[in-house]
Amino acid sequence: MEVKYQKTKGLTDKKLSYCPGCTHGIVHKLVGETLEELGMIGDAIGVASVGCSVFSYEFFNCDMQQAPHGRACAEATGIKRVRPDNIVFTYQGDGDLASIGIAETIHAANRGENITVIFINNAIYGMTGGQMAPTTLIGQRTTTSQDGRNQVLTGSPIKISEIFSQIDGVAYLERVSVTNPKQLIKAKKAIKKAFTYQKEKRGFTLIEVLSTCPVNWGMTPVDALKWVESNMVPVFPLGVFKDAGEKNV
Amino acid sequence: MPKGKVYFEEDMCKGCSLCVSFCPQHILYQDKTTINKSGYNIIRVSEPEKCIGCAFCAMMCPDSVIKVEVDK
Repeated sequence: MEVKYQKTKGLTDKKLSYCPGCTHGIVHKLVGETLEELGMIGDAIGVASVGCSVFSYEFFNCDMQQAPHGRACAEATGIKRVRPDNIVFTYQGDGDLASIGIAETIHAANRGENITVIFINNAIYGMTGGQMAPTTLIGQRTTTSQDGRNQVLTGSPIKISEIFSQIDGVAYLERVSVTNPKQLIKAKKAIKKAFTYQKEKRGFTLIEVLSTCPVNWGMTPVDALKWVESNMVPVFPLGVFKDAGEKNV
Repeated sequence: MPKGKVYFEEDMCKGCSLCVSFCPQHILYQDKTTINKSGYNIIRVSEPEKCIGCAFCAMMCPDSVIKVEVDK
């Protein structure tokens, strides 16, 4: 018998702090596997954000740094400029990146900082108890939008990939999901491409992953994945938004 | 002969059942009579001989508790 699949060396043995069925764990795995396959575990420096992923510095088996809320890209900029040969990535949720940290992130992208951002979009604030996030869908019920998100009062869900695709400093930008094994393989390819582009010093790379929050959405983990496919994907279409390596994109 | 074999690190499992729903052979089930150290119902294999070693269960497991071996 030959081992076909086992836990990646890119993650530590610590038990993940996430709720049962949360796709944070799946994305952690994909990042860990990518670091392992590209032989980058020893060279990588991750920047953890604030939110559910606040403890990700305990889970990734590489050097990690914890940033203040929303400032992961600013911190990653500093790390990358001091250590340009290391692989620097941030791991941020939508409350961190799309809300409080959008200024730091958009300017890091505009400067073309040679870092990789893993952006987890689950349309809600998970850690603080399910409040409305900038990415919450119209009509979605949260603890701070109990009749559903009202477009007149609070605007529409912010589309990070679409916004960032207009920025010159961005080298690679793709939105993926992890709702089934096929999408998972696509997501891993995207993450791998982003890290490879960083190694080739091409500029800012961002992978947006449509993720779930079964507890705050009030669903089972399986239903939450179906909800992503039926409700989130129509609003946040999947695909490559920018690829500096290919022409006419 | 089964083509694959799955191993669960039972005490790390959170019983989310994503593996159960993605098994194409439908041979995984949640054992409602047994709990692990953290109090979650663990996952068991009902018919191990039917495993095809696709590793979909392990890929979808958020907590990386599943190891899959295949016959070469």
